[in-house]
Amino acid sequence: MDFSFYFDLPLALRLLLQGTAVILVLFPLAAACSMAERKISAWIQGRPGPNRTMPPFMAYVPVIAPILRSLGLFQLAADGGKFVFKEDPIPGHVNKLYFVLAPILSMIPALTTITVVPFGAYLNQAGAWVPIVLANLDVGLLAVFAVSSLGVYSIILAGWASNSKYPFLGGVRASAQLISYELSMTLSVLPVFLWVNAPGGSGTLSLFDVVQSQSQPGLWGGAWYAFLMPVSAFIFLVALFAETNRQPFDMPESEADLVGGFHTEYGAFKWSLFFVAEYCHMIVGSGIFVLLFLGGWNPLPWVPLQTVIEAIGLAGQPLLTGALAVGIFLGKVVFFIFFFMWVRWTLPRFRYDQVMTIGWKKLLPLSIANLIVYALVIAWIERS
Amino acid sequence: MAALLFYLFAAITLGTAILVVVSKNAVNSAMFFLLSLMGTASLFVLLDAFLLAVLLVLVYAGAVVALFLFIIMLLDMHGGDRKPFKRTTMVASAFAAILLGLGVLGFVQRAQLTSAPVGAEVVAVGATLKGYAAQLFTTYLLPVQIVGFLLLIAMLGVIVLSKRFEGLEDVK
Amino acid sequence: MAVIQVERKPLTLAERTYLPQIYHGLKTTLKHLVAPTVTLQYPEQRPEIPTGYRGVPTLVKDPNGREKCVSCQLCEFVCPPKAIRITPGEIPESSPHAHVERAPQAFDIDMLRCIYCGLCQEVCPEEAIWLQKQYSMTGYTREEMVNHKDRLYELGGTLPDDHFKWDKKKAAEDAAAHGGHH
Repeated sequence: MDFSFYFDLPLALRLLLQGTAVILVLFPLAAACSMAERKISAWIQGRPGPNRTMPPFMAYVPVIAPILRSLGLFQLAADGGKFVFKEDPIPGHVNKLYFVLAPILSMIPALTTITVVPFGAYLNQAGAWVPIVLANLDVGLLAVFAVSSLGVYSIILAGWASNSKYPFLGGVRASAQLISYELSMTLSVLPVFLWVNAPGGSGTLSLFDVVQSQSQPGLWGGAWYAFLMPVSAFIFLVALFAETNRQPFDMPESEADLVGGFHTEYGAFKWSLFFVAEYCHMIVGSGIFVLLFLGGWNPLPWVPLQTVIEAIGLAGQPLLTGALAVGIFLGKVVFFIFFFMWVRWTLPRFRYDQVMTIGWKKLLPLSIANLIVYALVIAWIERS
Repeated sequence: MAALLFYLFAAITLGTAILVVVSKNAVNSAMFFLLSLMGTASLFVLLDAFLLAVLLVLVYAGAVVALFLFIIMLLDMHGGDRKPFKRTTMVASAFAAILLGLGVLGFVQRAQLTSAPVGAEVVAVGATLKGYAAQLFTTYLLPVQIVGFLLLIAMLGVIVLSKRFEGLEDVK
Repeated sequence: MAVIQVERKPLTLAERTYLPQIYHGLKTTLKHLVAPTVTLQYPEQRPEIPTGYRGVPTLVKDPNGREKCVSCQLCEFVCPPKAIRITPGEIPESSPHAHVERAPQAFDIDMLRCIYCGLCQEVCPEEAIWLQKQYSMTGYTREEMVNHKDRLYELGGTLPDDHFKWDKKKAAEDAAAHGGHH
């Protein structure tokens, strides 16, 4: 197939199309996560979950309609429609500007971070891997951290603008928690980049290069960083749970003691924006974890995608290799989203002081020690 | 295009910077500060200094302003009633203004910015990750250490001020 | 009762990292994830109602088709929420059960008031009112939620009778009448 007509389009139009395509995948994926959350919650609790809703005309469709119905997909559509059409009240006592601004702000970092996350790669005709990414920045991971750290504003502003006690407490908790765990998260990925950046290279923080360094042949080259650096992976994962406000760290919401936390005063569409933003954060966060520690689009540890492609004879077909890579990557991300929900129904919530203790007194020293140990080890390996 | 973007971001940076100072509501000030930082980061991006832009967003926009907002929320500050300036405040701000002016003057007078030939690609030392790190640990090691000590002193000061010394109360 | 002081053992290092516990917890939840559901798909699947269930109160007939209620109104008096309203009536002479003398002319149970306590069943000397297995009563109006006599008999149906009290009584009376003549 010839795609040269596409590359003849102006760059701005191409970027616009690509960006729209990514958002059109990410947004429904985030929405589907909400249904997955309800279904998995139900299954773990021994229930079938939402399986009733179906528009009347679908009753005439055999086989497919009952399956979609039992998976709750029509329920998802009904919920989405409800959020759009139901009354969207703004309470009288709020700061209107920031109250409306907060949910919009929550979407910006959620959808922006995806730009630097490669979600696959394809083998071009020359036999080199080309990342499938909106912007393959050299400072990729830092850009993700930087933009996602802006997500705290939507929560702070929502809590503050709501002008009532529970949202305020939720906002304060959220901001303290997000800032605390950002530190450990950033420190935990440093060993990975110490390992990736061999001496003499130009130095990179690109996520694509991290995956490439995990898909080399040999015992060391093929090992995923989750095996080489389990402590880093663990710290990153815990911090990720805290950063995405998931159980057991869902202090900002904590429906048991703060009603709904920062979004107590929100309803309808504005509330659903917060919701979708949280799931977008989860998807992007899982994606980064997969890229950093679980080999990105490599199917198995010590089995790089290149070997698989050569084994089944797909080399020289960029489209198929790209589709395969994206499929494997998305599969891993979906597993991680499942893992988030699995953990949600396994662990009880921490108390807030425990959250702070874990963040500052346990994870931060652990991540610093981890960094020092790996710095020494890597220095020793390079010297010998 | 680049010139247009430069003027746009420069206008955002300066305009919001002025609004930070004149806003009555502290939360508005903090949000304008955030916008100003984003404008600065965009200017860095225009200069191809991606690392600097990202670090600015990560450290200042992501953490420092968030902490400002946090404090503003905790203190529950309301704008409006302005107190007249104290004499010491006025002296201090005048002193700071003079220092800043001298700094800018010195920069304009003494700095040697060789203009590159038109069309030539100039790569700043700090543009790449490695170059930036090398500069930090070689040329600018002393300033970095001094700034680090300054922050340490500030942190110790906060600890001393906020910690209650129960033994001292008995002495009184 | 003596107070038993349970010694709290200090946690081991592994326990303090929470990790083994998290692992076991994940295993447990995974087991539940794949386990079959414990719920019923209600309108399609109906629960198995155990014997002795106290559902909607109903009136029953005996195997001969005689309505058992003799409208003694004990249930009406005992009913705590006053859900039962009985209008007593006579049994016409032409009926084969004329010797029972009385049967309800009207028998209303207001299911909006009924609390399913079962006192009516307990107090009934004729075993005529039974709380049976029906568990769901719905209606669109208040009137619909009042069970009238026909509806009560329709819900109740026929239950086996161990005594045939009135048949025996009639037989005894007949025998006595015969005995008196002879």
